[in-house]
Amino acid sequence: MTETIPREVEASGIRDYLALQENKTLLRFLTCGSVDDGKSTLIGRLLYDTKLIFEDQLATLEKDSKKHGTTGEDIDLALLVDGLEAEREQGITIDVAYRFFATPKRKFIVADTPGHEQYTRNMATGASTADVAVVLVDARQGILPQTRRHSIIASLLGIRHVVLAVNKIDLVDFDEAVFAGIVADYEAFAKDLGFATVQPIPMSARYGDNVTRPSANTPWYTGQSLISYLETLDVESDLREKPFRFPVQYVNRPNLNFRGFAGTVASGEIAVGDAVVVAKSGKPSRVKRIATYDGDRERAGEGEAVTLVLEDEIEVSRGNMLVAPDARPHVADQLAANVVWFDEHPLMPGRMYILRTETDEVSATVSHLKHRVNIHNFAHEAAKCLDLNEVGVCNFSLQAPVAFDTFAENRTTGSFVLIDRLTNATVGAGMILHPLRRAANIHWQALDVTKVSRAEQKHQKPAVLWFTGLSGSGKSTIANLLEKKLHVSGRHTYILDGDNVRHGLNRDLGFTEEDRVENIRRVSEVAKLMADAGLIVLVSFISPFRAERRMARDMMPDGEFVEVFVDTPFEECAKRDPKGLYARALKGEIKNFTGVDSPYEEPERADIHLRTVGREPEELVDELEAWLREKGYC
Amino acid sequence: MPATLSHLQRLEAEAIHIMREVAATFSKPVMLYSIGKDSSVLLHLAMKAFHPGKPPFPFLHVDTTWKFREMIAFRDRMARELGFDLLVHINEDGVREGIGPFSHGSNVHTHVMKTVALRQALDKHGFDAAFGGARRDEEKSRAKERIFSFRTKAHGWDPKNQRPEMWKTYNTRVAQGESIRVFPLSNWTELDIWQYILQEDIPIVPLYFAKKRPVVERDGMTIMVDDDRMQLLPGEKVEERMVRFRTLGCYPLTGAIESSADTLEAIVAEMLTARTSERQGRAIDKDEAGSMEKKKREGYF
Ligand SMILES: Nc1nc2c(ncn2[C@@H]2O[C@H](COP(=O)(O)OP(=O)(O)OP(=O)(O)O)[C@@H](O)[C@H]2O)c(=O)[nH]1
Ligand SMILES: [Mg+2]
Repeated sequence: MTETIPREVEASGIRDYLALQENKTLLRFLTCGSVDDGKSTLIGRLLYDTKLIFEDQLATLEKDSKKHGTTGEDIDLALLVDGLEAEREQGITIDVAYRFFATPKRKFIVADTPGHEQYTRNMATGASTADVAVVLVDARQGILPQTRRHSIIASLLGIRHVVLAVNKIDLVDFDEAVFAGIVADYEAFAKDLGFATVQPIPMSARYGDNVTRPSANTPWYTGQSLISYLETLDVESDLREKPFRFPVQYVNRPNLNFRGFAGTVASGEIAVGDAVVVAKSGKPSRVKRIATYDGDRERAGEGEAVTLVLEDEIEVSRGNMLVAPDARPHVADQLAANVVWFDEHPLMPGRMYILRTETDEVSATVSHLKHRVNIHNFAHEAAKCLDLNEVGVCNFSLQAPVAFDTFAENRTTGSFVLIDRLTNATVGAGMILHPLRRAANIHWQALDVTKVSRAEQKHQKPAVLWFTGLSGSGKSTIANLLEKKLHVSGRHTYILDGDNVRHGLNRDLGFTEEDRVENIRRVSEVAKLMADAGLIVLVSFISPFRAERRMARDMMPDGEFVEVFVDTPFEECAKRDPKGLYARALKGEIKNFTGVDSPYEEPERADIHLRTVGREPEELVDELEAWLREKGYC
Repeated sequence: MPATLSHLQRLEAEAIHIMREVAATFSKPVMLYSIGKDSSVLLHLAMKAFHPGKPPFPFLHVDTTWKFREMIAFRDRMARELGFDLLVHINEDGVREGIGPFSHGSNVHTHVMKTVALRQALDKHGFDAAFGGARRDEEKSRAKERIFSFRTKAHGWDPKNQRPEMWKTYNTRVAQGESIRVFPLSNWTELDIWQYILQEDIPIVPLYFAKKRPVVERDGMTIMVDDDRMQLLPGEKVEERMVRFRTLGCYPLTGAIESSADTLEAIVAEMLTARTSERQGRAIDKDEAGSMEKKKREGYF
């Protein structure tokens, strides 16, 4: 069953032996399921039974088991896999471990993932590259919420095969009825998840029953052991038969005579002389050479990292794709996708993220959160945000079109990650459902009177002066005074004031984080239209979140957005309290009040920083006006 | 062309893909070149990834001044023959203080001459991405590390808070001063490495092949007497024995194994029947359980 390591491999026969190894197929799987169901123990068992543990590692394991073991006098096989200090101390898995083993029939890469809900993102990491999910269930506990969550994520990530490992069967006296009950429960709920196969196996990871060999303790189970099942499962991918996709990673231009496009073939095949088009521009060409270090090639297919040279000098850069002319990908700036959320800060409609496909990167706003999936009953629920570890469907609006397929058609060109613009954290993963046609139908009206001509007529440079600061910090007072001055000197201006806008355009919004984000999004759009009309717009909004101010800035052309930080400390604002709001908020009568129970994130690099304490508004406005004149705004 | 790729072809393509991602998205990448077999494979893959160009980044060797002499000779020969841009960094403070494995022990020596030296070199040049040849099968904390492994401004690794890594879609964004360690060989095993060296005929340091060498038994390890900085202790004597090395590092800290394997085929055959892991011959990994993780948190590769 297990790899018999040749005792005396003759050096002369080694090449033959290695050729045999090379011809084995590779299977990637992960173990998942709820905390303590025995995932790490199972991997430890597999490594142990396939004789992959060296003597020195075994000695270390024995020592470790005495210190950290959860299995009394026995060695604790989970400690072979739980490699981080914190994991060993707490007896849980925190992050995914990748381990490698081989049997005479196949090579395996296994990802042991954490069951703990807090670390669901690490389970998703392990699942994204796996062909098979081994879902463990503790026979004493049955299906738990994490069993469901992991199954849903596995399904969303395109895993087609599941092994339902009913583990710790030793602790229920190898009872067939317990096994049958859990299998029935699982099958009932997994039927909607679209798995091609679900293979139940009763198991004891700790004692090895049905892991690498059939167990005498479960005579009622006549199926295969886990290993022999995984050795024979057919997971051949059909990516090579799909249309040609070549995401360009890197333009290789070492000298004037060579210009090649380096990348990995995502699907299909290509041969010298084949026609291709550039996905985003539709420009056609033909493949002139397929260059590699080992010499030019006639053909290349899915999975190969090559460099393509084209017949024509056409514009192609990183993020674009070379594709089959008769089966092109979507090119769109609006799309719908399944999203798994990884971050403590929730995903929010209106907020802008970086959307990263395999080689392309673009700013993207969640234009609509269609629904969240309830992991207990799969119901689609209305939601205002996606919290950590939640799953839902969102529409995205991108700042520039990207080329993609749907995830169902192609896992490589149909997926993306979301990155936070401030922290650079990877905050979510997306699996594309379909493009949204809005962009194609609502064409931009080309207008003859342009922004430039409108501004020139007014003899001014349009701008959005964005005043941010706590309630009562003096934003409106300063904005008012400034507008008066600008008006007198013949400038065309308009003030958008937080309180006023909330009486009309934004009367449907409250003060939760989601509503604040939407509030700012709408105001930014209005300010943008007004700047387009040639006006100098003064926006006076608390706008407490950096991400939204950044979003507003990114919507305007460079140099048009001026962030003015009206800096008045909390204590001072609370003392001035012109509207009596602080007194009420501090008593708890107003919820989500900025500075009291809702945060204010100070600007890190405001264009102008006005410290108000001890200064008169008139002075501050003079200062502001001088700055604007110097920069050519007035 | 085969209908499906072999295991080594997939591993090769994956590593090349990773290297191109780095070259395309970072402003100042570097490849750590430690002269061992994994580095030799990494170098070979880099030559492939950017063909017909040269790798668009320099190669950095952090020289502890205690490497085997044959390693240094090999390094200089490879740089000459392949024409890559080689940077060598030595922690001059450590040299001035006379830090060495015999006088200060493996911990202090490794920390000052390797970990600190590496941080110095990365800071000096402002590298924002650094390739390393580490593999997940080497050690249990390495098995936990991402291919693109984020480092703070202080070069620290936070194993409890790694970025999710989905598919082959890598998050290559860092803020000023932060960096990423990149491990293109993450999914290779020791066997894959040797098999690839054999298949591609990649040059490696002769110390990997068995030969009669002058060695001394000390602390349960067989240490090669590589220069006269190694003083014999009472009762020790130098013997000429057929030995070779499974991994290479500082000579006083790297144990040799008794072997007659003097061809690549014989090395692979020996490896297949080995009863101990390759890291067993390294003094620095044995100090305490979790010692590798601790070093990595401090910025070690
Ligand atoms: N009796 C018995 N105990 C088991 C079996 N499998 C695992 N255990 C025990 O269950 C406990 C938890 O096992 P782990 O392997 O750490 O569980 P896990 O699923 O990896 O946990 P997380 O990774 O933290 O989610 C350990 O004490 C194991 O020894 C089994 O088949 N039978
Ligand atoms: Mg575990």
